[in-house]
Amino acid sequence: MKPNRLLMAIPYIWLLVLFLAPFGIVIKMSLSDLAVSIPPYTPQLDISEGWAGLRALFANLDFENYAWLADDPLYINAFTSSLIIAAVSTLLTLLVAYPLAYAMACAPRRWRGLLVMLVILPFWTSFLIRVYAWIGILKSEGLLNQLLLSVGVISEPLVILNTTTAVYIGIVYSYLPFMVLPIYAALEKMDGSLLEAAEDLGASRLSAFWLVTFPLSLPGVLAGCFLVFIPALGEFVIPDLLGGSNTLMIGKTLYVEFFSNLDWPVASAVAVVLLAILIVPIFLFQRQQQKVSEQ
Amino acid sequence: MVNDVNFRPWEDPEAAPLIDIANVTKRFGAFTAIHDLSLKIYPREFFAILGPSGCGKTTLMRMLGGFDEPTSGSINLEGEDLTGTSPAKRPVNMMFQSYALFPHLTVQDNIAFGLKREKMPKGEIAERVEQMLGLVQLQDFAARKPHQLSGGQRQRVALARALAKRPKLLLLDEPLGALDKKLREATQFELMGIQEQLGCTFVIVTHDQEEAMTVSSRIAVMKQGEIAQVAPPEQIYEAPASRYVADFIGDVNIIEGHVSAGGESRMSLSWREGEPELVVETGIGLPRGETAWLSLRPEKVSIATTRPETDNALQGKVLDIAYLGNVSTYHVELANGQVVKAQETNAGRSGNRGITWDDQVWVGWSAEAGVVLTS
Amino acid sequence: MTGRFSWFNATSVALGFAFLYIPILILIIFSFNESKLVTVWGGFSTKWYGELLQNEAYLNAAWVTLRIAFVTATVATALGTIAAMMLVRSGRFRGRTLFTGMVYAPLVMPEVITGLSLLLLFISIGMDRGMLTITLAHITFCMCFASVVISSRLVTFDSSLEEAAEDLGASPLDAFLSVTLPNILPAIAAAWLLTFTLSLDDFVIASFTSGPGATTLPMKIYSSVRLGVTPEVNALSTILIGLVATGVIVASLIGKRAERITEAT
Repeated sequence: MKPNRLLMAIPYIWLLVLFLAPFGIVIKMSLSDLAVSIPPYTPQLDISEGWAGLRALFANLDFENYAWLADDPLYINAFTSSLIIAAVSTLLTLLVAYPLAYAMACAPRRWRGLLVMLVILPFWTSFLIRVYAWIGILKSEGLLNQLLLSVGVISEPLVILNTTTAVYIGIVYSYLPFMVLPIYAALEKMDGSLLEAAEDLGASRLSAFWLVTFPLSLPGVLAGCFLVFIPALGEFVIPDLLGGSNTLMIGKTLYVEFFSNLDWPVASAVAVVLLAILIVPIFLFQRQQQKVSEQ
Repeated sequence: MVNDVNFRPWEDPEAAPLIDIANVTKRFGAFTAIHDLSLKIYPREFFAILGPSGCGKTTLMRMLGGFDEPTSGSINLEGEDLTGTSPAKRPVNMMFQSYALFPHLTVQDNIAFGLKREKMPKGEIAERVEQMLGLVQLQDFAARKPHQLSGGQRQRVALARALAKRPKLLLLDEPLGALDKKLREATQFELMGIQEQLGCTFVIVTHDQEEAMTVSSRIAVMKQGEIAQVAPPEQIYEAPASRYVADFIGDVNIIEGHVSAGGESRMSLSWREGEPELVVETGIGLPRGETAWLSLRPEKVSIATTRPETDNALQGKVLDIAYLGNVSTYHVELANGQVVKAQETNAGRSGNRGITWDDQVWVGWSAEAGVVLTS
Repeated sequence: MTGRFSWFNATSVALGFAFLYIPILILIIFSFNESKLVTVWGGFSTKWYGELLQNEAYLNAAWVTLRIAFVTATVATALGTIAAMMLVRSGRFRGRTLFTGMVYAPLVMPEVITGLSLLLLFISIGMDRGMLTITLAHITFCMCFASVVISSRLVTFDSSLEEAAEDLGASPLDAFLSVTLPNILPAIAAAWLLTFTLSLDDFVIASFTSGPGATTLPMKIYSSVRLGVTPEVNALSTILIGLVATGVIVASLIGKRAERITEAT
């Protein structure tokens, strides 16, 4: 069917104006200078001056902010520590998610719908609330320490809140459904007779898993890793609420630069660099999604 | 119509075709699905388009329905060019392979769907729906939803829905593919009955040669976007135009050889050193030395332990016997390695003709049994 | 994959769900705590709910958030439906790759980038920030989620149904309204609920694009949480979780019914 072209153009134009165009503005802003004015940056396009205004605009753009980012170890550290935290927590999420997804795929058919719903349900409840829930558990007089102290495993409360560990826990907890669901989807559609065939041909259960199940679930694993890694890299709420001042993450840096320091040009430069880092995984993710949907 | 031997409009130069497909080519990017295809289909025909998957038969049907437009060439219906007319505006309806029944509508609402688009008065719609339900014997299922029907019932709803608008041409895309064999055979006759009753033109696309042979007045055998042969079923079977057609329809022995002695009606084919030449009765004269293929249906080859009194007789060894119940097919290997299949009807109950594996036997056939093909 | 639900599997499921649900359960339990200290049990009480309902700031924020979420969900689902039709049914068209990219990228785009870029857009076109800008921002990323949900249903929906409708004389729009729409309705409902929750839930993008006077509930929760754990937030969270859980369960029951019908077809 050939859909109505005019109607079809609306979402396209909407995304062009409200998704793509803003990136252009961010890039332009990242090349501007900080000014003590409102809005706090120069140069600004003066439409009344026409071409001359446009030329003046371009003449005043420079890469100063990027040089600033490259010089200041704060930003470099923030980027590297974000990459490390995102990578480690993606791996941790995978380790927690895989057995769960595998078990769900093995469960009797009539349970599966319920299990999937139970995995999705927390995702529908507020992200902020779920992160908040961990503060009460992890703080030094919190429930986890109370439990461990009363059992006698530890004699002094552990310091978990406001450390990177708390950030790992927060990311794994918040993003778990994004890892479980694609892996489950890949495992669920797997033909059970493949494993029987592998065993019939002499493979042990464990080697059948490694040689058949795991490779076939790889598209799901990959999708899950992208879905966790990409947003985790720019995460703001989790490092802010659970990581305290000890955790350096780029999303937080950007937020602080923008709202506390009011340095919009530097915040924009940070955003551009973050985007540049993310372009590769986002591109890979889309290619992979396309491949999966074409099958 | 199909059963009427006098119904042969394609032999009448005066007859006006219902559908005239002229030099149609369809490309999808670099792939050519249909190549310079011309075809005329006459009113009241039950026309079958037969071919393996990927031969372009579905594309041809979709162009008749208006779902795809030809890259070049034209399709005329009763002399009017259909190019650019949307499916909604063509007096052509289609029965989809998946049936495409609207899952949210009842049987009667499915059938009434097209009539409502026509703005037909309510009373007439009800009447027509009732009539269509009667035609496919589903009166008791009018209020059911598609998921409450069996496969055979869904197929009939799809048929009724496509016929409700009284189209000039009904397209059937693998209409019986989803049914089991027994039901499929019964439905084939039902389809023929309905077509005769309504006097409408049917074009059926199928890859099932038996289905095409059973239902149709003419068959177009397609090969890679082109038509290999258009003819009535018996002609397709008994006088195939090429090895491709002979091989596609039914079982066949193909023996390659050279014309050694030509003649207007009778000729000899030398086919292997040290073997007697084959005698063939043929309508075409071929020059001496020309490569030709003898196409021979297995049921026209007899098998015996002694030399038969036929025009052609060759000796060989039984390689395999396929017992199919009603018939048995013997695979006989000749001295030079060529295998010839001979089929015998199992008229008696014993089935055993006293011939078994590795027996030395004779196969024989008359000069009129085979067809000489040049391509 | 079927069968072979072993002890190992059972343990994985039990631990996995314990991990997912214990923090939420604790949150709910402590919303009924008498004590002001959120981590020490001081007896059962519903007083925090009472206090919450007296708190004008929370109620105002909730009202603002609900209005934004309602408009967002409605517009985003409509646009998402069109976008999904474009993705699944339009075949090739100019700029398809760009369009696909623009639909999928916001799903994984870090919120700080989306928020920052939209804010700069609103400033550069001189738009006053407030509920309208938050709503526009929310529609933008929510419509992508909606189109993904709806297109996954459209993909499994036999396109010959639309062709059949056209074959029987329906115009493309008529075919969409009378055949496609009734059949993808469960997905559209799911998309509406999803976008409604996403909008309700969003903190980062809202805080970038909001202006004076437009404080959403997550923004209010965030500023309370930064000051420490409070039983009022627990009570509020419990109410939200209750609402969402009910919504999701109802939606999945509707979805299941629809699924049964499709499976049988």
